This record gives sequence, C-alpha cells and structure tokens, in this order.
Amino acid sequence: MSEIVHDFTTEIPVWKPYVTPLNLADATAKQLEALKVTPSNTKVSDYVLVLAHDVETLTHRSPLFNGVMYNSGGLSRAEREIGAVGASIVNRCIYCAAVHASRYNQLTKSTDVIAAIFVDGTEAEIEPRLKAILNFAVKLSKCPPEANAADMAALVEVGLNKEEILDLILSTSLFGWANRLMHTLGEPIRE
Amino acid sequence: MAENKDVIAAIVGIEPGSAIAGVVSGRADIMALTQKTHDSALAPENPGGLSHAERAALAWRMAKINDNKAFEDHFEALLEKTGAPDAAARMADIWFDGGLDVRARALIRHVDLVAHAPKQATRRDIELLQEAGLADDDVVRLSELVAFVSYQIRVAVGLELMRGLA
Repeated sequence: MSEIVHDFTTEIPVWKPYVTPLNLADATAKQLEALKVTPSNTKVSDYVLVLAHDVETLTHRSPLFNGVMYNSGGLSRAEREIGAVGASIVNRCIYCAAVHASRYNQLTKSTDVIAAIFVDGTEAEIEPRLKAILNFAVKLSKCPPEANAADMAALVEVGLNKEEILDLILSTSLFGWANRLMHTLGEPIRE
Repeated sequence: MAENKDVIAAIVGIEPGSAIAGVVSGRADIMALTQKTHDSALAPENPGGLSHAERAALAWRMAKINDNKAFEDHFEALLEKTGAPDAAARMADIWFDGGLDVRARALIRHVDLVAHAPKQATRRDIELLQEAGLADDDVVRLSELVAFVSYQIRVAVGLELMRGLA
C-alpha cells in the first residue's frame, strides 16, 4: 500500500513519474552521454530518465546543478540548501524540500532550524542570518518575484558578501527550475 | 542561435570591468551553462513537437506572467527571429486561451499554471497535455522550457537587486 506524501518532511519519499521514463535500451548516444551511463554505471534515477526525453537541456542542466550546489567558495553548502528549501516551500515541492532539508540537517548536524521552518515558514524563530536568507529565497521564488531592495540590504546587514549573495540567488533560482520539474512531472510516494 | 550573447548579462547590464562583473566572473561556468540551456530550451537542434516560434511565444507569455519587461522584450525579439507565424505568435497574448485549438489551449493552460502556481499542479495537469495529443517527450520539453525560464528570470531579478547595492 503506497500513499502520496502531502506534508513537508525530512524523510525522503520515493518519486513516481506521471510520464514514462526513457527506456535505457532505447537511448541514443547523446542521451547516454548526458546520462553519464557507462558499462560500470547503469544506475540512473527515474527522474533523470524522465528528463532525458529533453536531452539538449539535460546535457547542460546536470553540470549546472552540481556547480550551483557544490562548487567551492562563496556561500556555505548548508546555506545554499536553505535557498533550495525556501523555493521548495513556496512551490510546495515535497520531494525537493525533503532532500534538501535533510541535507541541511546532515551538514549542520542539527534538526532545529528545518523543524522550525517547516512549522512557521519565514516566521520561524531562527538566527537572523538564516532568517534573512530564507526570507530572500521565499520572496524571490514567488511569481512574480517579490524580493526587493530591502530584502537584499538585509542580506548585507547580516554579513553576506556579494559572492555569497550570488550563490544564494543561484541556488534559490535553481529550485524555481527543479521544483517546476519534480513537482509537476511526478509525485512523492511513501511505500 | 549561433550568437554568443549572454542574455542575463545584457538584461542586467553587466558591464565588463564593473564591480558586479567581478562578482559574476567567479561563477562564469554557471553563467555560461545558463546561456547554453537557454539556447537548448528556446532553439534546440531537435525541437520535437514544440517549434522554436511556439517556445519563444510561450516564453514571452511567461515573462508577462513574471511582470518582467526586459525578458518580454528579449523573447519578443526571439519570436520575431523565427518569423513569428500567427498560430504560434498569438500564444504570447495573455488574453488568448487557445480558443478552439485543443493543443494550443492545453499548452497555454499548462504554461500559465506552472509559471505562476506550480504548487497547484497535479497528475491531472499532465494527463490534460497527453489528452491534447502531446507525447511524453514533448511534455518534458514543455516542462523544461517553463522551468528554465522561471529560473533565468529569477537569476536576473536577483542580480539587478545586487547591482543596486553598489
């Protein structure tokens, strides 16, 4: 018996696509290249197999995603995850929120911040630096975007430098992209 | 789209040698991949069932939904470059819902939903695209287009706010 997960959680659900993932046996050379499939690595998630239907964007999307979340310097990896979580809350992508909230918890070895954000959103009682980051991420993620000069100034006030702010803009915006794929092309399931 | 112009740099007004150019250069790889994805989403070599004109028109529509004039102008210019055939061009009209054209109606409905309120999307919304005749690979192409444009607009909005700091 499986059920759809509707509430924010840090237990990562299974993602079940609404469209048929690419059958690896039917993949073109270009698709195999984008999927990084080699004889020793044939394990590809359903999500990536779905995205392989549009191989031209997937080819650039994978290195872009890894760069935004993991490249060196700039904003800490944990704080980039808050950008991802802020977007995922606005767009209600339960799956993305679970993955990135749990990653934040792993990186910081704490569960308090995420627990507070899941209950109270931008009203969560968290340290000022995180609050400013979350607030900016949530407002940039609205449609149309609502982030303004005061929200940007608040990032500077809590100590973010421009390199860190750029990384926050990128990680937040990236999840405006990821959420619109993950949440619309499939659903989170608890088996 | 053979030209190497960086859409975000042009829209935000990132002048070579400026303070913001220095900050953005630290993530030059990301900005280059962003431009490459733009070209792949708007003018792919293999457009599948979504023509370049339809993609530009729908992206222009998304720029309107995001209330972003600079991106409206950008995607309008892209549409012009495709020759702007009427059936595609009218999809950029925010008051047009597709009329009697079942496929256009489904494309417009989905773009409006996912650009503006992705949280409301359900399995039924994908089924509606499939019932209107879209193959699964075109459902994914459409989804990447909406998702990517939503990303690109937000990067530019964020950078414009950051430029305002200096």
